Amino acid sequence: MCVDCGCSLPASPDHHHHDHDHRHDPDPEHAHEALTPAPPAGARLLQLGQALLARNDALAAGLRQRFGAAGLPVVNLLSSPGSGKTALLEALARRQPAAAGLAVVVGDLATDNDARRLQQAGLTAIQITTGQACHLEAAMVERALEGLDLAALRLLVIENVGNLVCPAAYDLGESLRVVLLSVTEGEDKPLKYPAMFGSADLVLITKTDLAVATGFDRALAHRHLARVAPAAEVLEVSARSGAGLEALAARLGLELRTAA
Amino acid sequence: MHELSLMEAVREQVLEQARLHAARRIDVITLRIGSLAGVEPEALRFAFEVVMAGSIAADARLQIERVPAVAFCDCCQGEFALDDGLWECPCCGGLSRQLRRGRELQLASLQLT
Repeated sequence: MCVDCGCSLPASPDHHHHDHDHRHDPDPEHAHEALTPAPPAGARLLQLGQALLARNDALAAGLRQRFGAAGLPVVNLLSSPGSGKTALLEALARRQPAAAGLAVVVGDLATDNDARRLQQAGLTAIQITTGQACHLEAAMVERALEGLDLAALRLLVIENVGNLVCPAAYDLGESLRVVLLSVTEGEDKPLKYPAMFGSADLVLITKTDLAVATGFDRALAHRHLARVAPAAEVLEVSARSGAGLEALAARLGLELRTAA
Repeated sequence: MHELSLMEAVREQVLEQARLHAARRIDVITLRIGSLAGVEPEALRFAFEVVMAGSIAADARLQIERVPAVAFCDCCQGEFALDDGLWECPCCGGLSRQLRRGRELQLASLQLT
């Protein structure tokens, strides 16, 4: 066994020619020691290890329990602004039988345009206008759900604020985290936002109807996604053409109408 | 960005601990931030000044312990550091699905008087 990295290649003069910079993480304790002089007399050191987002995490855990008790799957839908979250939900809504039980809570900094679009498509849609907050938090979702009968729903989608950075850290109590990547954003987008894509259960490659026009390299996108999100499923969809929507609906437990 | 609201959470937790321990001054605040937490440590420093002003933590030293993301490779039976958030084992190139460290966003410790 290689004592440097623990891999099973036999030790030999040739062994270390391959790309092997032994990126073992530095022991965090050592880094810490270098920074901390001995405390002065009368001072106390409290080891805490408390999550900064403890309050959000607790609220999210409460939401997760409520959703579970109601047997309701909940999706946290994330992406850059303009990747097609709302359009995708509209496309699913148009293909659903009436009263199919899909509801949406949608977050934006300003306007209720998205909620209106979704309502016009026949969905129950509740807008959260965050003001300056660049992400949704569990408390906002909890408030938005007041007055909604969860037991009557088949699927709740939380359409997050368009942002590939901040929303990643905030648990909303979801059972499935879905991140969108549109073909117009470039195949290497996932490499630029590893924390967000790495947190996804399901990645949707959207706007596939534009793939040819943008010269989108599907295989390359899939390879990059595998490197930052190896456990994520990947589906390809087009809200405009309808491609992939049946597979997506099946994955989400939604029934679509068989007739167009 | 929301480093300000994160620092407000730090302030709340720090002042609560100060109250519990009847402290009159906070000397050192240590945060533990994983590289996949989605938070920029240096942006936290700016927020720190703004948020702690006027409190018993106003003169505290802020330390940030960065935790590099580390995954476990089943094939090699060893841990490796994720380079730029890539889950590829540097030894065998295999893709790991087991993150061991790197999503931390914690108030690690407090030194108070």
